Amino acid sequence: MVLPIMAGLAGTVIPAFSNGAAGVSKLLEWQGLSKAVALSVGTGLASTGLALILTILILAAFAGTPTFSRIRRGLAPLLSVPHAAAALGLAFLIAPSGWIARLLSPELTGWQTPPDLLILNDPWGLALTLGLVAKELPFLLLMSLTALPHIDADRRLTTAATLGYGRISAFIFTLLPDLYRQLRLPTYAVLAYGVTTVDMAMILGPTLPPTLATQITLWMGEASLAMRDTAAAGALLQLTLALLAITIWRVMEILLKRLLVHTAQSAPRLPHLDAPAALLARGAAAVVTAMLMFGLAGLALWSFAGLWQFPDALPESFTFRTWASAAPALAETSAATLLIAVTATLVALALCLGCLQAEATLHLAPTSRATILLYLPLLVPQIAFLPGLQMLALPLGLDGSLGAVAAIHLVFVLPYVFLSLSGPFRAWDARIATAGATLGASDARIFWRLRLPMLSGPLATAAAVGMAVSIGQYLPTLMIGGGRIETLTTEAVALSSGGNRRLIGAYAVLQLLLPALAFFAALTLPMALWRDRLLMRGLE
Amino acid sequence: MHRRTALRLLATLPAFAGFSTKALAAEWDSILSEAKGQTVYWHAWGGDPKINDFITWIGEKAEERYGVTLEHVKLAATSDAVARVLAEQQAGQTEGGAVDLIWINGENFAAMKSQGLLYGPFTDTLPNWPLVDVLGKPATVTDFTLPTDGFESPWAMAQLVFEYDTERLKEPPQSIDSILQWAMSNPGRFTYPQPPDYLGTTFLKQVLYGVMPDPSVLQSPIDDASYEALVAPLWAYLDRLHPALWRAAKAFPQNEPALGQLLADGEIDISFAFNPGRASAEIAAGNLPDTIRTFVLDGGTIGNASFVAIPFNAAHRAGAIVIANLILDPEVQARAQDPAVLGFQTVLDLQSLTPEDRARFDALELGVATLSPADLGPVLLEPHASWMTRIAQDWSSRYGVAQ
Repeated sequence: MVLPIMAGLAGTVIPAFSNGAAGVSKLLEWQGLSKAVALSVGTGLASTGLALILTILILAAFAGTPTFSRIRRGLAPLLSVPHAAAALGLAFLIAPSGWIARLLSPELTGWQTPPDLLILNDPWGLALTLGLVAKELPFLLLMSLTALPHIDADRRLTTAATLGYGRISAFIFTLLPDLYRQLRLPTYAVLAYGVTTVDMAMILGPTLPPTLATQITLWMGEASLAMRDTAAAGALLQLTLALLAITIWRVMEILLKRLLVHTAQSAPRLPHLDAPAALLARGAAAVVTAMLMFGLAGLALWSFAGLWQFPDALPESFTFRTWASAAPALAETSAATLLIAVTATLVALALCLGCLQAEATLHLAPTSRATILLYLPLLVPQIAFLPGLQMLALPLGLDGSLGAVAAIHLVFVLPYVFLSLSGPFRAWDARIATAGATLGASDARIFWRLRLPMLSGPLATAAAVGMAVSIGQYLPTLMIGGGRIETLTTEAVALSSGGNRRLIGAYAVLQLLLPALAFFAALTLPMALWRDRLLMRGLE
Repeated sequence: MHRRTALRLLATLPAFAGFSTKALAAEWDSILSEAKGQTVYWHAWGGDPKINDFITWIGEKAEERYGVTLEHVKLAATSDAVARVLAEQQAGQTEGGAVDLIWINGENFAAMKSQGLLYGPFTDTLPNWPLVDVLGKPATVTDFTLPTDGFESPWAMAQLVFEYDTERLKEPPQSIDSILQWAMSNPGRFTYPQPPDYLGTTFLKQVLYGVMPDPSVLQSPIDDASYEALVAPLWAYLDRLHPALWRAAKAFPQNEPALGQLLADGEIDISFAFNPGRASAEIAAGNLPDTIRTFVLDGGTIGNASFVAIPFNAAHRAGAIVIANLILDPEVQARAQDPAVLGFQTVLDLQSLTPEDRARFDALELGVATLSPADLGPVLLEPHASWMTRIAQDWSSRYGVAQ
């Protein structure tokens, strides 16, 4: 994990400080710098905070209830939506000429032409924050779901309820500390992503100035190549910002923990919080699900649309032309996308299981340094090390092949797979292994016959997360693939520069479909495998 | 430079014509046989499905006629390919490069040429080169005032045209000044792509043509001493225009397709594009209503050409040359001009074609929204590339960081 990142960073540091650090001074001269920095950190912190609060709220209000499985079924497939597709769908939904306005116009609004309202690309980054929340909430929720069964959630909640605690206070005082321990690194990854996102910020974020990450991408794309060193300096600043945001978050964590401990000592039961919290949680879940689903449905509809003018709620005519003309390319890129994703995910699963099993049998405690190293690829902005890495891959002739792309995907897939798998794996009750051993089973037999089957739910989820992460990779595929390896995502981003909603719609549908199939398998496979063993069906 | 021009003059002398034709034919044969079986990686912007389909079609022709396989590497920005070649040069990779052919012009070309990243001159070896209208369309050999020197081969002519919906706008404003007047009395219904996007800077250059007392200075590199005074009318114009723009200039569309999408969504009433056939092609594809028409400004609009160039270290140079030649084939050019396909203007001199080839162009239906060549009016040359860079920079410091 460390090697490619360090190598890549070196490739970034050198141009930033060459020519007497010209890149750094040009970066500091840029007038938009302070605003871009504030935007990056602000939208990152705000969206992560909101997404986490909503996640906790939904869990606190509904964990273990029937509503919860409905929310879970609604949100889990949305995790697989690539960021760019989600952003495009959202943009079409909320723009003044978007679907919502079209549904209401002209009957309710009297608008014959779209109103001149600054909804997208607003200078405060509100649309971007909203988009990030919608995208990260399902991820955090799914990460919590794999953790909940292993912190004995149901029993603790029941105990607290008998003591007169309301659901909300019971959850926050008894479960949250343990839950958050497992959620911490995913949250940092979400935060780092929020601060450094390029694809979402390009579609939803402000442009005068844009966020720092977007501006760096624009500098890298400048024809004269004169801004490359500025971009490199910007990439280093971006790295600093990601670390800064995590530090701010860490400080907040400590403060909130003190507050929580302090409040818990007076043991407030707060049962009257439950009803409004449930309402809020239900509302938030409904809004997020609806936004993502309708946004994507809008894109899907565009892929079949003939002429579709404002203020028509539906297209004037429908056509298969988009799909028909794109079919050969779609089939080819889908195949390449799947091949890379499956390879990277399988290798990642094998490596993670190997690590975790070694940790368990040798009784190694995972040091925090080792954990941070593993998550480095998620915390270091891609734009800070990928260009440098590409420079190194070139002379070795390593770039441009499916294998090289799968290898670089592994760098990003592995941490997420480990993230989803390690919690449940470590929380697996070791007494079962002891019982197995007393019956004469070898370590290998315990691993294959007890541990793995019992973890089939988390395993399937981890695989699905891995697939989704791989399918969504843009910059690594482009840079290490030398532009020759086309995946659904590289195609969709290339197309989104052309703004063709019809074709983007077609790609988005497939981008959604492939990981959604993986998630569907993750949900149903354990159920099918363990039809007769209720507690082993995973995810519950 | 001078030696190359002299050589070209020599080659056109009748006494040498027989010899050079023969030599060229032999050279071409060897290129063809070397190209056979090669796979050419053409790095080209991949944002428009119509263009992507056209490139796929060229690939089929290349396979069929020359046994050359064409792979379109779809880019989000041309500079990605430039950066790639630069990275290879810095890594010391002088052969076997990943990029065989690039769709390029203007700044990217200037950057690659000045850094020695291009192979050439090669256009003189192309059998179809004599068909190119280098005299009538000087933009085929001049890229943003920079002579191409045979380092890139043109494939399409472009000219700025404005698009509007006759349903909403009866009399479009036809000068830079009347656009300002119209925008101020119709707030929120006009905008332009955010510089440094090329269409955005093209609009600024078009404004310069409209507000400068003597636009001929645009043909020379900017002169620092007089620059501020020369462009002052541009900023004065924009200061008045911006409050009346779409979203009051607090946001801008990113590029040409995004601007076109605003017209299609009815968010603005006047848009513009660098392709006179774009509106007709979009109508034909069902993306725009058939009430859209185009117009140009009094005194003319900026025009230029798109080119293909070959990197110095291209792995499949012969194949790339064969593709560059194929693109100049009258059949390919006529197909590109068909508004049902692309609606691009040809780079060829129709007078130099055989009657059968000319008939291909005569048979084209230009499309409801496309102006006839006569109505397109005069073509204004692109200013020197230094104007674009400087104006885009100054625009960013004036307007690029919100008020």
